[in-house]
Amino acid sequence: MKVSLFITCMCDIITSNVGKDTVELLERLGCEVDFPDAQTCCGQPAFTSGYLEESKKAMKQMMRAFKDSEFVVGPSGSCVGMLREYPKIFAGDPEWEKEANNLAAKSYEITQFLVDVLGVTDIGSTFKGKVTYHPSCHMTRILGIRDAPYTLLKHVQGVDLIELPIKEDCCGFGGTFAVKNSVISGEMVKEKSLHVSETGAEYLVGGDMACLLNIGGRMTREGKNVKIAHITEILNHHQ
Amino acid sequence: MSIKISNAPYNERVQEGVKNDFMRKAVASAQGRFRSGRQKQADELGNWEDWRTLGEEIRTHTLRNIDYYLEILSENVSKRGGNVFFAKTAEEANEYIQHIIKKKNAKKVVKSKSMVTEEIGLNDALAEVGAEVVESDLGEWILQLDEDLPSHIVTPALHKNKEQVRETFAVKKGYEQSDKPEELASFARQQLRQEFLAADVGITGCNFAVAESGAVTFVTNEGNARMVTTIPDTQISVMGMERIVPTWEELDILVSLLTRAAVGQKLTSYITSITGTRLEGESDGPEEYHLVIVDNGRSKILGTEFQSALHCIRCAACINVCPVYRHVGGHAYGSIYPGPIGAVITPLLDGYEDHKELPYASSLCGACTEVCPVKIPLHEQLIRHRQIIVERENKGNKMEKLAMKGFAKWASSPAAYKLSAAAARPALQPWSKNEMIKSGPGPLKGWTINRDFPAPAKQTFRSWYKNRQKGREV
Ligand code: SF4
Repeated sequence: MKVSLFITCMCDIITSNVGKDTVELLERLGCEVDFPDAQTCCGQPAFTSGYLEESKKAMKQMMRAFKDSEFVVGPSGSCVGMLREYPKIFAGDPEWEKEANNLAAKSYEITQFLVDVLGVTDIGSTFKGKVTYHPSCHMTRILGIRDAPYTLLKHVQGVDLIELPIKEDCCGFGGTFAVKNSVISGEMVKEKSLHVSETGAEYLVGGDMACLLNIGGRMTREGKNVKIAHITEILNHHQ
Repeated sequence: MSIKISNAPYNERVQEGVKNDFMRKAVASAQGRFRSGRQKQADELGNWEDWRTLGEEIRTHTLRNIDYYLEILSENVSKRGGNVFFAKTAEEANEYIQHIIKKKNAKKVVKSKSMVTEEIGLNDALAEVGAEVVESDLGEWILQLDEDLPSHIVTPALHKNKEQVRETFAVKKGYEQSDKPEELASFARQQLRQEFLAADVGITGCNFAVAESGAVTFVTNEGNARMVTTIPDTQISVMGMERIVPTWEELDILVSLLTRAAVGQKLTSYITSITGTRLEGESDGPEEYHLVIVDNGRSKILGTEFQSALHCIRCAACINVCPVYRHVGGHAYGSIYPGPIGAVITPLLDGYEDHKELPYASSLCGACTEVCPVKIPLHEQLIRHRQIIVERENKGNKMEKLAMKGFAKWASSPAAYKLSAAAARPALQPWSKNEMIKSGPGPLKGWTINRDFPAPAKQTFRSWYKNRQKGREV
């Protein structure tokens, strides 16, 4: 199966290890992975801040970059969620509507792709440790992915998966919200950090690096010793 | 009061909320109860999503034909001896009601809980004409005694705990018992009973008005709407113009959605309807009945992309799941309508000028949209508000505007993107220590107030990938 990696700008620049894990994971499962070099950012920062025209420029670039891809797979529920919103945004646009539908229809978040498209639940990976999982908002609510990450994690040998209390609550990231409403965002992430501590987990795992950097950044600020790991890092781990 | 409930700047209101530990504990525990109650009811129905779709269809149909249904309602109320008044503005509504109070020479008014009368500032208007107003909903009564404001649209005194209520009762009403909820409630009941008996006029809000019969319906758990509508001989109901259903059948469905979504109840304790006046041959009903239908900015929303905001049935489910509301409480919104629905409708009803921060008071997590029993796309409407603020109202931040222009250039040019991606690490080097940024420049500053940020990776993904491909080709 031919898969184009949608790296997301965050995982390209800040946390590039996630991209490596994603590529290796897909290849291990027999996919042929390519990386369309013209991709940039999905446009979400501008879109959610109200800058529609600016965000559309980014979106068009993404549609051009993935025009010929068969499947587009990315390690982020939120960024893939943004691609899936393109059809609404370009509805009625004679030039771009079709492209938007086309990209949205072939885009998948990595865990969703593994479980729903490849039909894999057990990757054969091993990871020793106490783990808790934060289901990020856009992954759950925009993409509707609820079970895939849990299904995959439960099959990892050695993982002790502990449920995160009030897991459905947002961690407080919310894009520019974290900066513009830093007081509220700060309170939200403090509560999330508290819940992570309650689990006694050594690792906080998630499918969105932005949320993990938010919670992880708070935990290091508090001097806590919980490590963050993108789910692909756990799935791509074998001892 | 009116829609706007505070003159303090947004940031101050937020700080105030965040500092209020009492309130935050009360809110978190109430949210916990409401959330699990709602979830239980939704699960029990088994096909909750179908119910939501039905709720959405009913509201969409009704609002599309609102002129028709309002006419039918008005005809039916008139047929049953009631007077109907369409108020374009809050002032018109208040003046009409003041006129009745004066005509009746009324000294005491009892009210049941109503958000729209808060919205139009009716209590102040009644005081102006010398009428004493007594709120009969327990929460509203507590707030009235305490000269406080609602912080929630269903449970207005949510931000208070029982010790605070005991204190209020003691100071204002000479209460001498404990803070046991039963004792507090029984005291309130005795006090309110006297007020019901002494009132000249009863004023109610309206959960839903049934067009086909002209019945104005109230959903309560305390039965106070029943008391208000039963005793005084003059009755006035005030409704937002969108609070209408075609027939009893739709009422049934919407009430079911309302009580389940609001507090996790299958059914409320009391559903009360008032259908005009006591006609000849009838044994009960008021002597005089007035229905005041309030527009106050609502018809401006009709036909716009925000029309679905008028579908709201005021269940507060969106507020109960909101993580922002959880930490700042209702008063921080500065609007009589707090939470996600408040952030959507307040700027629509009362303009952007005083409320331009509200659409940003959301992390866009979508929890509100997910629970809304009539499927209002709340978080999408917040984004739409932001677009309007940026494009039409031109109230966006200038620096942000520049940054976004830069973003568009950056993200639409792979070459520019690549250059800056590679430059990110060295650019942030001065702020990085042990691969961590504890206090960052520019927008990172807001981030690093509360948390660390990692230094950009030593190698971007794309350069790693490129090298890897090269290695493979060799
Ligand atoms: S917007 Fe939806 S969830 Fe919020 S109060 Fe209205 S009906 Fe309830």
